[in-house]
Amino acid sequence: MQNQLLAIVLLPLIAALATGFVGGKMPRHWAHWITTLSVAISCFLSINIAIGQLFDEVQPLNYNLYTWAQLGGLSLNVGFMIDDLTATMMAVVTFVSLMVHIYTIGYMKDDPGYQRFFAYISLFTFAMLTLVMSNNFLQLFFGWEAVGLVSYLLIGFWYKKPTAIFANLKAFLVNRVGDFGFLLGIAGVYMVFGTLDYAEVFKQINEGYTDLLIPVSDEIFWSATTFICIGLFIGAMGKSAQVPLHVWLPDSMEGPTPISALIHAATMVTAGVFMVARMSPIFEQSEIALNFIMVIGGTTALFMGFLGVIQNDIKRIIAYSTLSQLGYMVVALGASAYSVAIFHLVTHAFFKALLFLGAGSVIIAMHHEQDIRKMGNLKKYMKITYWTMLIGSLALIGTPFFSGFYSKEAIIEVEHFSKLTASTYAYICVLIGVFFTALYSFRLIFMVFHTEERMDEKTKSHLKESPPVIWVPLVLLAIPSIFIGYFLAPSIMSGEYFDGAIQVLTSHSMDASMVEHNQHPLYLALDAYKTLPFWLAMAGVLTAYIFVVKKPDWASKLKKALGPINHVLENNYYFDKIYINYFSAGGVGLGNRFWKWIDMAIIDGVMVNGTARLFTGLSAQMRKMQTGYLYHYVFVMVFGLLGFLGWLYWRTLNG
Amino acid sequence: MLENLPILSLLIWLPIIGAGVIIFGSGQKYKQLTQWIALITAAVTFVLSLWALNEFDSSRYYLQFVEDKSWIDSLSIRYSLAVDGISLPLIVLTSLMTLIVIISSWNNIKLRASHYLAAFLVMCGLMNGVFAATDAILFYVMWEAMLIPMFLIIGIWGGPNRIYATLKFFIYTFFGSVFLLIALIYLGNQADSFNIFNMHSMVIDAEVQLLLFFAFLIAFAIKVPMWPVHTWLPDAHVQAPTGGSVILAAIMLKMGTYGFLRFMLPIVPDASLEMANMMIVLSLIAVAYIGFVALAQSDMKKLIAYSSIAHMGFVTLGLFISFALIADNHLDAAVMGIQGALIQMISHGFISGALFLSIGVLYDRMHSREIKDYGGVVNKMPQFALFFMIFAMANSGLPGTSGFVGEFMVILSSFQVSFWIAAVSGLTLILAAAYTLWMYKRVMFGDVANEKVAALEDLTMRETIVFIVLAVMVMLFGLWPAPLLDIMAPSVQHLIDCNLVSKLTPEGMCS
Repeated sequence: MQNQLLAIVLLPLIAALATGFVGGKMPRHWAHWITTLSVAISCFLSINIAIGQLFDEVQPLNYNLYTWAQLGGLSLNVGFMIDDLTATMMAVVTFVSLMVHIYTIGYMKDDPGYQRFFAYISLFTFAMLTLVMSNNFLQLFFGWEAVGLVSYLLIGFWYKKPTAIFANLKAFLVNRVGDFGFLLGIAGVYMVFGTLDYAEVFKQINEGYTDLLIPVSDEIFWSATTFICIGLFIGAMGKSAQVPLHVWLPDSMEGPTPISALIHAATMVTAGVFMVARMSPIFEQSEIALNFIMVIGGTTALFMGFLGVIQNDIKRIIAYSTLSQLGYMVVALGASAYSVAIFHLVTHAFFKALLFLGAGSVIIAMHHEQDIRKMGNLKKYMKITYWTMLIGSLALIGTPFFSGFYSKEAIIEVEHFSKLTASTYAYICVLIGVFFTALYSFRLIFMVFHTEERMDEKTKSHLKESPPVIWVPLVLLAIPSIFIGYFLAPSIMSGEYFDGAIQVLTSHSMDASMVEHNQHPLYLALDAYKTLPFWLAMAGVLTAYIFVVKKPDWASKLKKALGPINHVLENNYYFDKIYINYFSAGGVGLGNRFWKWIDMAIIDGVMVNGTARLFTGLSAQMRKMQTGYLYHYVFVMVFGLLGFLGWLYWRTLNG
Repeated sequence: MLENLPILSLLIWLPIIGAGVIIFGSGQKYKQLTQWIALITAAVTFVLSLWALNEFDSSRYYLQFVEDKSWIDSLSIRYSLAVDGISLPLIVLTSLMTLIVIISSWNNIKLRASHYLAAFLVMCGLMNGVFAATDAILFYVMWEAMLIPMFLIIGIWGGPNRIYATLKFFIYTFFGSVFLLIALIYLGNQADSFNIFNMHSMVIDAEVQLLLFFAFLIAFAIKVPMWPVHTWLPDAHVQAPTGGSVILAAIMLKMGTYGFLRFMLPIVPDASLEMANMMIVLSLIAVAYIGFVALAQSDMKKLIAYSSIAHMGFVTLGLFISFALIADNHLDAAVMGIQGALIQMISHGFISGALFLSIGVLYDRMHSREIKDYGGVVNKMPQFALFFMIFAMANSGLPGTSGFVGEFMVILSSFQVSFWIAAVSGLTLILAAAYTLWMYKRVMFGDVANEKVAALEDLTMRETIVFIVLAVMVMLFGLWPAPLLDIMAPSVQHLIDCNLVSKLTPEGMCS
């Protein structure tokens, strides 16, 4: 098993290095064969491991590969921890990655950076696997930043585009702000537990550790545990794009569509959610942190949903949808329903990857036109893309029987039953969010696939379904988008699925409240019409239908009526403006002032060169004394001698 | 036979003799020959340093490869050399970087190439001497003599404003050294020996310690350089030729922190403890304030120079928080802080050297250091872009590169002392990424900015080799720093156990 695990991680890395370094010199098809095959093997082995963990009750595995550093009594290692949670993530990551690899063969067919692209996505798979399989915080941070690096490289993949290289720098820096919190959180872990090893930390918690106080000032002390949780969660806010660190994700759509599906929807952005679930024993110790998480998640879920409604770029709609859905996952974390959060992560990975790849298929057909106002009636030309995207959207809005229904229903339920202070707010957010999810999803479906054809004649004449290498992954993703929820729901809701991998305090546990609702998934779906979210979703679809299909002119009227609100929405609540004008411009301005005023004027001008000038000036004065005239010197000598004799005389007198 | 080889003397004198040979071969006629001699000398020196590393017994803290000969008996000054786990890696680094500089300046220097190479060889020997000397006066002689070749390198082969820069560099550092000499003479008289390690076990009362502390501080802080005595560095870097910048950043700056470690911390620990807060604050200013200053630079070399100061702030931070950690009995964290400082020294040697070489590659082709003259270089130099990206990421402290290791360890251990120290130093995560990657974006990404960029050619074989070596080192110590840390560990442990204890009374001293 250990060899299998190594193979899972290293195969994508080797493939990435091979295509990255010699890719330019090999035929193009080699690049995709090498990377796709290695990821396929990884995927096969991962599913094998997941089956072993989940169904055959193989013992969880935790071991170190090598010692990264030995510092006094502390050893920092690189190693793997394989349990139900890890195995699930590994399977999801490698499966979506495999689909994206196949899809890329078609999508990037004519791109000059073909080999480079494959090298990057394989490298990403490696980095993501090291992140999820890690058994310690150090390696977690390595994977955490490595996926950030690949995301940076891929957003800026088309490096000639000014918007792309702006977006990738922005993404990296915003993530770094999150990582700042993350690193301090890790430092807190080291302070409290004296180790960075997961198992060791969890063991100490279960055996009853003593929380420390962090002195922030003479009067203020913070609970170290709360500090750790919030620090780590700030990292998650960066990676999983939670308000207010969400600004990079919409811009990341500048990257090629396959990576929007893989990195910015299915896997990397969910790393934050995974991390909190992995750390469930710590997060359980701090209700303050859990409340904080709920507020952030709820806000993201609802307010990013609003923004999805007003976008016209097909990828941006899905990007805001991703933000909103990440908010749903985070809210579940806050309610201590970690397994439900991971459940939604899994279902979302499938249907959101599907939606992105479907959007990519549309974009190719439209010759890289992304504005949905210039599309319409594509159903006629692209049957498979239409049906698969419809499936994805139905899953997203939580239609009964589809995978998203089960996971979203579970999230709304746990918010309903949570006893934390923030849960009411979160509950309202996720509930209203359901309406808006349905609204923007079906606005997209209607505008792209229904209504009249608004594209120009030239584009229209080329419209056709994408080749199999593109639609096969769509179909393969559509299957789990329908069924995965149905299969996983019973064990997740009863709390058995992640038994052992996730810890929940009894006082936070939803299991008791959920059990009453824990029916067979079939009945759950059949009873959906009795629940509020179902009707909210239907209302959303209906609203979309009215505004897009039946009365398109109502939309612009409503827009006018809601002038100021619309303005705020179109400016993304002014986050970007504030960040750019105050933080980035302010930072550079501050640097400039430090440099020009303190470094150059005071230190260099006054102190350093001032000293030099002082001595030059002094010596210039002293030089004047050396006139070269003998009588000047005699004059000074005589007076000097007189003065000296006078002093001697005076001294003798005074004894 | 090999066992009896005076390996440290060879590491010092071999490059100097090599320099002595080629210095007479100026002019075009002997250019190839002198280049080869320089290359072979540097290569042999590097191999010797590796051999020393291999022979070094890293399970013990004591000094190894000891050489001790009488030199000036009347003043009890001796020619004595030895290394421990702290100085040996620095010697290997010095020898490697000298070799790299000589390879990278191959056929690149038009004016008196043999003299240029000779200066680097002399400097290599002297710098190895600084790290190997165990006699304080020998140390001082090497320390001062080393300034001369660097003075010449900047002054002869430098940019337009080279005279101002090299004078500033020389006078600034020379000024500091005077105080060092006074301190060393005082200590030598008291101990009746100039052996540095004898000085470690001297009892010195608090007031004298404080005076000695400031003497050391002036000398070493200028060299590091610490805020506010750092302004010579950007000027020197901007004017220095590529090789000069590489050695300056990669090795010379380490002399200052090495001095802290060899002299200040063990000889005057009580004064250092008393002043630790001031040192921590100065280090944090270096990290945060200088980070902002770097953000405002439009000259690439200046930017990297400021970034060097910021990264060296982690070294001084790591060294001085250890006192607080020892006082609180967080011994593991103290080890982590000092080890972090040491590994940051080595890592910064590779990264800053690599970055200055990268800028040198661009400068050789475009004759400009201004960021605004570039744009879209990646279109023409994809190979270079890859290496430059690795080094830029290492400078941003990305895990998996050596730039991460030291900073991570220092931040983790400083959190134990104070939340605020960790928070301010943690700003480097954002600042270093911001100034490095913003520069990368403006220089490398985008469409080809102008005709000069359009005419760029990618790396030559020689440049590629140099970059591969540096990239491998940066990644190796990022992914697996354990071997390097293990070499240092016994010496660091010894430092903590014996040398950072109070020197006010003889109690508690190890020997």
